[in-house]
Amino acid sequence: MAAAQNLPAPGPQGHGRAEPRHGLRLFLMWLPMSVAAVAAIWFAWYPHLPPGRMSDAAAGQQFDIAVLSVTAAPVVIGVLLYFVYAIVVWRARPGDDSDGPPIHGHTRIQVWWVLITSAIVMWAFAFGTYELVVPAGAGSGEGPVPIWKLTGTTTPAWAPGTHDMLQVQVIGQQWVWTYRFPQFGGMETTRLDLPEGMPVEFHVTSLDVIHSFWAYQLGVKADANPGVDDVAYATPKQYGSFTVRCNELCGIWHGAMYNYGRVVSPAAFETWAAGVESKERSDGLLAALPPYALVYDPTVIPQLGKQFTKVAGITGANGYYYPGPQAGTTHGDPVSP
Amino acid sequence: MSVPARAAALLAAVAAVVGLGVFVAVYYIGSQSTSLPTVRYTASGGQVNVVLQEDPQNNSSSKPDWVSYYVQDPATRQWVHTTLFSVPKDTRVNVTIYGYDGCTPLRNNYWSQVQGTLGGTVSVQQFKKAGKPLGPARNVSVINSWATCSVAHTFAVPSLGLFVPVASPPISLQNNLCGTSPCTPSSGPYSLEKFSFMAPDHGGVWRWQCLIPCGGGYLDGNSGPMQTLGYMMGEMQVVS
Repeated sequence: MAAAQNLPAPGPQGHGRAEPRHGLRLFLMWLPMSVAAVAAIWFAWYPHLPPGRMSDAAAGQQFDIAVLSVTAAPVVIGVLLYFVYAIVVWRARPGDDSDGPPIHGHTRIQVWWVLITSAIVMWAFAFGTYELVVPAGAGSGEGPVPIWKLTGTTTPAWAPGTHDMLQVQVIGQQWVWTYRFPQFGGMETTRLDLPEGMPVEFHVTSLDVIHSFWAYQLGVKADANPGVDDVAYATPKQYGSFTVRCNELCGIWHGAMYNYGRVVSPAAFETWAAGVESKERSDGLLAALPPYALVYDPTVIPQLGKQFTKVAGITGANGYYYPGPQAGTTHGDPVSP
Repeated sequence: MSVPARAAALLAAVAAVVGLGVFVAVYYIGSQSTSLPTVRYTASGGQVNVVLQEDPQNNSSSKPDWVSYYVQDPATRQWVHTTLFSVPKDTRVNVTIYGYDGCTPLRNNYWSQVQGTLGGTVSVQQFKKAGKPLGPARNVSVINSWATCSVAHTFAVPSLGLFVPVASPPISLQNNLCGTSPCTPSSGPYSLEKFSFMAPDHGGVWRWQCLIPCGGGYLDGNSGPMQTLGYMMGEMQVVS
């Protein structure tokens, strides 16, 4: 804008006519374009922005993207408009070898420039911070000691129709996700069902390399690191299915490390979870799983109370074996269900 | 040098670099994917019988100490060192796995549970050697890897929800495992495991893998054969 406001007397092409008010021209072009862009973003684009509104975290992210887009659109339009205007209006005409006008700055414009840009940046900072803090981390992993917690009651048993926080442990392993539900006996599944309208506390960890749990439509993303409990929150708000992907390059089949989850009614969720718990208990699987913990050391077998070790000279099975035959086993013992 | 000439030279240099990169990538990927044969199974009466074995080693010249799966060619009954096989769509796939490798504890004992098979179980029988079973075949839904270290590997097709622990020979016999691949029932103790599942009703390629960290010599056993086609991971092609 400085160039527009500090134009010298008309050059060779301007002889005989007054210099137009470039600033006003630009403003009159910028204003309707910005209004149109803001309206298009807010009314047409916003409802379809990813990741959707399947959870409070997702809806918050969608709102954030829309607000920041509305903030950015007038700035982008102003920059591009000025760029195009300058090229068209202030371009050098054929045969014009004269120097451009000497510009020595313009205090008022510079002050406004600093104020406006500072206001935009401070707004983005304040808005972004609020939107991260208030919705309990906005669906992101907050580490083992979350600062911003979702409101809910942490109870050993979960029940529909209450304000109980559902605990879900997400376990990454090359290249499959599994989920444990400590409020349902610590049962584990490959399927992630969640109750609609009830707060969920995810505890994300890994048994081998670094993964990243990304429940896309829920707006939840948290790193899955071995030996680390990464906590994230969300409250599902809409029925339907969502996709869980790994968002951290974790090996050759990283791209295939995904599965699907569903948001169902609280009653349906309870029926499903209790059914899985019952089956795993009767099959003996619950007893075979390690006691529920926030992290696991895969080299420790809790039920045996000891580590398995690598035995030199044994090539099979990676060379890892328990330190000697297990107590109570005899030659020819069948597999133990 | 004029501007157009410089631009042309720059474009040519960029094209050469990109072209070289594409060539190397295609050559590498091509060499990886075409060196392995695909064993093709055909259906009979709506069923197909797939036979696999997993060994403590393999007969390759480059990585002989890697644990590995083999696939049996249905026509010749010869064992093929590959993990690629094809089955017809919408058929019952009857799988037989000979388990010659020793046990390794599962990283997640959840995979001790049989999932995705018809009936939700597998038939397991262990042998001291050919013709000398250590007990009758049993249908089980869980093979507890942590109870007696009784699981060697797994056969898992995650996108089909198929997860099957493959039993090892009893731990008391694991100092006498088969030492030359492909193994035969007379070459050492083994387990014999049978289960069935339904092939998808449409064509495509389904990844299968082992969930035991069996990559000897690699960090946490996660690399090497675990991440290499032809060893402990493979592809099941479903054809029309």
